[in-house]
Amino acid sequence: MNDFNASNLDNSGRRIVVDPVTRIEGHMRCEVNVDENNIIRNAVSTGTMWRGLEVILKGRDPRDAWAFVERICGVCTGTHALTSVRAVEDALDIQIPLNAHIIRHMMDKTLQVHDHIVHFYHLHALDWVNPVNALKADPKATSELQKMVSPSHPKSSPGYFKDIQTRLKKFVETGQLGLFANGYWDNPAYKLPPEADLMAVAHYLEALDLQKEIVKIHAIFGGKNPHPNYMVGGVACAINLDDVGASGAPVNMTSLNFVLERINEARAFTKNVYLPDVMAVASIYKNWLYGGGLASENLLSYGTYTQVPYDKSTDLLPAGAIVNGNWDEVLPVDVRDPNEIQEFVSHSWYSYGDDTKGLHPWDGVTEPKFELGPETKGTKTNIKELDESAKYSWIKAPRWKGHAMEVGPLARYIIAYASGKEYIQEQVDRSLSAFNQATGHDLGLKQFLPSTLGRTLARALECELCADSMLDDWHQLINNIKNGDSSTANTEKWDPSSWPKEAKGVGINEAPRGALGHWIKIKDGKIENYQAIVPTTWNGTPRDHNGNIGAFEAALLNTPMERPDEPVEILRTLHSFDPCLACSTHVMSPDGQELTKVKIR
Amino acid sequence: MPQLETFYEVMRRQGITRRSFLKYCSLTAAALGLGPTYAPQIAHAMETKQRTPVLWLHGLECTCCSESFIRSAHPLVKDVVLSMISLDYDDTLMASAGHQAEAILEETIQKYKGEYILAVEGNPPLNEDGMFCIVGGKPFLDQLKHAAKDAKAVIAWGSCASWGCVQAARPNPTQAVPIHKVITDKPIIKVPGCPPIAEVMTGVITYMLTFGKLPELDRQGRPKMFYGQRIHDKCYRRPHFDAGQFVEEWDDEGARKGYCLYKVGCKGPTTYNACSTVRWNEGVSFPIQAGHGCIGCSEDGFWDKGSFYERLSNIPQFGIEKNADEIGTAVAGAVGTAIAAHAAVSAVKRATAKGDQE
Repeated sequence: MNDFNASNLDNSGRRIVVDPVTRIEGHMRCEVNVDENNIIRNAVSTGTMWRGLEVILKGRDPRDAWAFVERICGVCTGTHALTSVRAVEDALDIQIPLNAHIIRHMMDKTLQVHDHIVHFYHLHALDWVNPVNALKADPKATSELQKMVSPSHPKSSPGYFKDIQTRLKKFVETGQLGLFANGYWDNPAYKLPPEADLMAVAHYLEALDLQKEIVKIHAIFGGKNPHPNYMVGGVACAINLDDVGASGAPVNMTSLNFVLERINEARAFTKNVYLPDVMAVASIYKNWLYGGGLASENLLSYGTYTQVPYDKSTDLLPAGAIVNGNWDEVLPVDVRDPNEIQEFVSHSWYSYGDDTKGLHPWDGVTEPKFELGPETKGTKTNIKELDESAKYSWIKAPRWKGHAMEVGPLARYIIAYASGKEYIQEQVDRSLSAFNQATGHDLGLKQFLPSTLGRTLARALECELCADSMLDDWHQLINNIKNGDSSTANTEKWDPSSWPKEAKGVGINEAPRGALGHWIKIKDGKIENYQAIVPTTWNGTPRDHNGNIGAFEAALLNTPMERPDEPVEILRTLHSFDPCLACSTHVMSPDGQELTKVKIR
Repeated sequence: MPQLETFYEVMRRQGITRRSFLKYCSLTAAALGLGPTYAPQIAHAMETKQRTPVLWLHGLECTCCSESFIRSAHPLVKDVVLSMISLDYDDTLMASAGHQAEAILEETIQKYKGEYILAVEGNPPLNEDGMFCIVGGKPFLDQLKHAAKDAKAVIAWGSCASWGCVQAARPNPTQAVPIHKVITDKPIIKVPGCPPIAEVMTGVITYMLTFGKLPELDRQGRPKMFYGQRIHDKCYRRPHFDAGQFVEEWDDEGARKGYCLYKVGCKGPTTYNACSTVRWNEGVSFPIQAGHGCIGCSEDGFWDKGSFYERLSNIPQFGIEKNADEIGTAVAGAVGTAIAAHAAVSAVKRATAKGDQE
């Protein structure tokens, strides 16, 4: 039934190596084989870094863990911190006040909005947009295009586009192309007309300005961005609206007003710029419907944005799993069940002794074991081509009931759609109908959504959901304060002497890139074991002992390349997942000792 | 090769008048704490210099430094990237990948030998022959050494490159080391913090471009202009410290009134950084203002100095007004004193202060 098995792949054709894969977080390598028609028939995705953060956490104060794991990733900054404080609170049975719940949601959505916008414009756009081609655009026609795709966006005059084009032209003429050097600008894979390219370049710059504004919400509630501060038991930003000292308090009337302004800015940008741009790109790349891969089969979400605290049935984006492409049945997911989520290492640079077994994260073991297969070309420290029949990645292989799963905005959206969430259904139906209308296609959801474009669209729709619902959060916060509740922290169990001798907990969240879980064991007030399975571990997973391939690899299959030496199509599909490699490569050893060998060259 | 534009030409071309340009120069001078007399010098530099090539490498890190960098408000990062520097290699943002990306790195190294700035985010792991961090099939360490060889100067962005940061925390399983351990023949400017403040990052670059020299560094290699004072020294909650008004417990009366966070673990008294002056995200706030103590993220080895919520028991007794060089590395292992003593000393000092904090 499942096409996505190593036994169905053909690695006899020409091998193409892309390393480094750029415009991602962290370090990643990708190798593919193309057949005589330059169609990808085998794909190998490799995480090329390992930091060992959870080894480092062993023996530390669980209340400090959020700061360590926050440094797993500075792009999805805060999501690990949030998941970590949830894990500790779960272990110690701490419930946080409603204000803290709302403020954490606003911080989490701030990240989501920021991350999605930066991803689309600064990491992903150059897979669709050709800035050099923008030089040929007619600024007047660009202005008309802008007014057509987004009548509400104020930056639309011919003069505005002329100025940007002039700046771009002079930039190119200096011969110092900087970030745009050696791009694939004459590759026929780029299909936008010059006017759309110019519009997109303008928005690349506008988004660069906008992104620094939205994160100021983190500065208000968490003191800084990147890496805002979190706290076990609630939030540290005390509320004082009308008493002595309010002007020096973290949350006061002026800071709340400030947050509201940032939310409104983000909503306007998402609706007037981001979403129209994604729809415009989709309508021109209407026949490039590759890249679905596992999305058409197996999807996983832990659910997020719980409306009534501690009642997961009120999640805006619900939890669930879909397997074998059956959208009629959303299966329940239990992150505590040792038989559901397990990690395997048969193709990862770790050893379990018996590499066919899978371990639930509470019982996770990791011993790094860097070894290359017999078919590897090159040497240990100068790898030319990897041997994917052996170990080939610093990423482990998580599986849900044995299935490789795709996670991320698209997974969340398909699961929410299949679960009957009306807001999501309206967004998705509206987008598909606009796409069909603009292109003359008559695609159904199952043909349209599981694709590279669908993944990119789901992310934009989710940005809209987050910006819209953040406004609701803001009003809910005001309302709760109005009702006399200004509490932000539960300190009953702050003191470790109030803790049980042993405890274990799990924190879950839906990070920008997908399902995120942190599992913690606490003993005598210290961390005994800490494991994180992050979104890119799911999506970027290597194969398992049964040959199941992961989402990155599956999505690349059957994609034709215009020019195999220029990896435009590979980057386009990989970027649609927004890979985050610092996240995906993690480890915990129960004893941690054998990991500390030092070999200095 | 086409003629390279100067920064001034780029600005003029963008429709910026000479008047505005000069205003920009005085603002830049002010932002760098240099005073108006430096404005003409900045203007001269910008009128005559080409965009300096920058190679930005990533080792073991989390990319928070890049993320912080793009938050810069003055100058805006789009102006930095389009008009001030030529960011020739940065795997987080560059268009090309794989062989084409590697080719650009090589081209810049060859073409601008001794002229480019190497900016390093993250650090190299030494264990497993360096293969805990692989770029282009080879250890990141190789790429780092190769790019450093012909660099004019090296910037160590953030606490990873400067000190080792989180992956180098005990027991440092990958044996990650700060870059000065492997680049020993070049000046290295350390810009620590996890991450550093955006305007501090662009401030350091702007300074180097306009004055054509490294900023003055302290004994540990940090620019004095941003790391010369402790957060405590200029904290807006400092008066509450001096008055003995503290947050005793989260969300208590003191927390709501903005009292000092010292007793709930604030590391402001031992942390050299510009958070309480430049502040974060265009000056909107900083950790203490948002109610959480400083965790000391710009200090060497801050991960291994006990819990973030543990009260400092060894803040330096005297010389709260002294700068980083005078206190220097002594802070870490300083002969300490208890809070009462410090607060008392502090009150006396306040009475006798000569205003040398400016």
